[in-house]
Amino acid sequence: MSIIVFAETQNRQLKKSAFEALTYAKKVSEQLNQPVKAVILGPTDNANEAAEYGCADIYHDANDLFTHFDSQVYTNAIADAYRQLSGNMLILSHSSLGKSIAGRLAVRLKAGLVAGANNIPVNNTIPKAVFSGKAIGYYSITTPDKVISVMGNAIKPEKSAVTANVQTIDLEKAEPKVKVTQRTESSGKVPLPEATRVVSAGRGMKDPANWGIVEELAEALDATLACSRPVADAGWRPHGEHVGQTGIAIRPNLYIAIGISGAIQHLAGVNNSKTIVVINKDPEAPFFKAADYGIVGDLFEIVPKMTEAVRKLKAGNL
Amino acid sequence: MKILVGISKTPDTTAKINFTNNNTEFDTNGVQFIMNPYDEWYALVRALELTEQLGGSVTVINVGTAENDQIIRKALAIGANDAIRVDKSPEDALDVATQISGHAAGYDLIMLGKETISYNDSAVGSMLAELLNQPFISYCSHLDSNGTEITATREIEGGSESMTCSIPAVISCAKGIAEQRIPNMKGIMMAKSKPLNVVPPVSVDKRVNIDRFELPPAKQSVKLFSPDDVETLIRALHEEAKVI
Repeated sequence: MSIIVFAETQNRQLKKSAFEALTYAKKVSEQLNQPVKAVILGPTDNANEAAEYGCADIYHDANDLFTHFDSQVYTNAIADAYRQLSGNMLILSHSSLGKSIAGRLAVRLKAGLVAGANNIPVNNTIPKAVFSGKAIGYYSITTPDKVISVMGNAIKPEKSAVTANVQTIDLEKAEPKVKVTQRTESSGKVPLPEATRVVSAGRGMKDPANWGIVEELAEALDATLACSRPVADAGWRPHGEHVGQTGIAIRPNLYIAIGISGAIQHLAGVNNSKTIVVINKDPEAPFFKAADYGIVGDLFEIVPKMTEAVRKLKAGNL
Repeated sequence: MKILVGISKTPDTTAKINFTNNNTEFDTNGVQFIMNPYDEWYALVRALELTEQLGGSVTVINVGTAENDQIIRKALAIGANDAIRVDKSPEDALDVATQISGHAAGYDLIMLGKETISYNDSAVGSMLAELLNQPFISYCSHLDSNGTEITATREIEGGSESMTCSIPAVISCAKGIAEQRIPNMKGIMMAKSKPLNVVPPVSVDKRVNIDRFELPPAKQSVKLFSPDDVETLIRALHEEAKVI
């Protein structure tokens, strides 16, 4: 029996979330003493890189059919791989693609599903965030076959290189019902769910024209921009930047909240961040209770000073 | 176009989360329940808009006990034509998907929110699509139809992709697809006389258990710096927190 990892790609490259899933699988394989086998679909330039995360056996079906995503086509192919490779556990990413197939695969494989695991199993129970990050549930799967999707940024990819053995595998190819007509990528920034540093701003900015100072700080930190819900709803910032319970839930290493009071709905989406920094003129802002570091004061003075200090740090002058 | 919209009951977004019975059960004491916001704001409203353009009807379906009738009536007040309630307390995503699948025949589209704000699995839509052998498009920020096929845009990491798809299909809905609608007095009055059919559940084997819950560890108190001392903060982020 083996642990099968579906290692996701985008633009012919294994994604960061694939390395997280591979690392998760490696740790589970040590607990269960079972081999790990990686499955990769579609043309991919760096399939062998899966071996850098401890998985030697890499099975690749490079057919062009898999270039575009259709949940049924992917489910058929991955279920086929799971059977061919004698899987009893399937691990994949809780990404936009992973979320589209995890439930399908659980039904197909007659497996129990834990969707969005945020750590490796403890005594055979799998932790995952529930109530939008307000609590953690410990799940046990009672079926012989198991599907686990791994939350983004929850597991740090760990290198433990082995020699790659990339093998060609011929998987089931269903007729797609979904036809992708266009794909748009936003600017070169790291997408929010994958970002390790996030700079976020809210109503305290007073006017969308003031965002320049926030953008400069994000630039200096090589961070991704985010915003609070009122700011997105007012049309000051694009909806894609809205983080919180009803926006995107994130868990970066560093979350800097500028002029955001910290309503419970906002906190629910960001409180799994490793380090939270809050800049707010109101010392009573609830966000300070959830923060690791803070400055009470005028953001229009503080933020440019932060940018300057970060630049000094990077230049080795701080 | 006939559309079925799945709605769930969740704790209010501002609810304090606590557990009882040795941290094995969610403590509902003092918790206000609402319709899951993604089901209400996005799936239900877009379904109504599509039937307003193309003709047809919207049926809402919920898995729950009689106390859920309150949120079902709200969905009817917002504009759904009728409702089905599968009479049982839902166990998990597979239970909900299986219960809904038994009542999904004859609909052109099945729409749900992208996930619930309670268990955040994002799994019911995907499971339901598999049980029905239908295509599934998740996280739709845009959805249109001419009555025979759909065009959709879904959010992916770092961008979006647009697609066409045959119907019937299962769709999960995210921000951008529609705007929240507040029920008006006429809607609330009409909701009282709209059909709400209570149907018995089928049996579903449980495959997962939640053994226990845990609240996140309390944060240590915040380290505050003076506005004149920004450099010390940045140094702390570098040397102490090691995040830059």
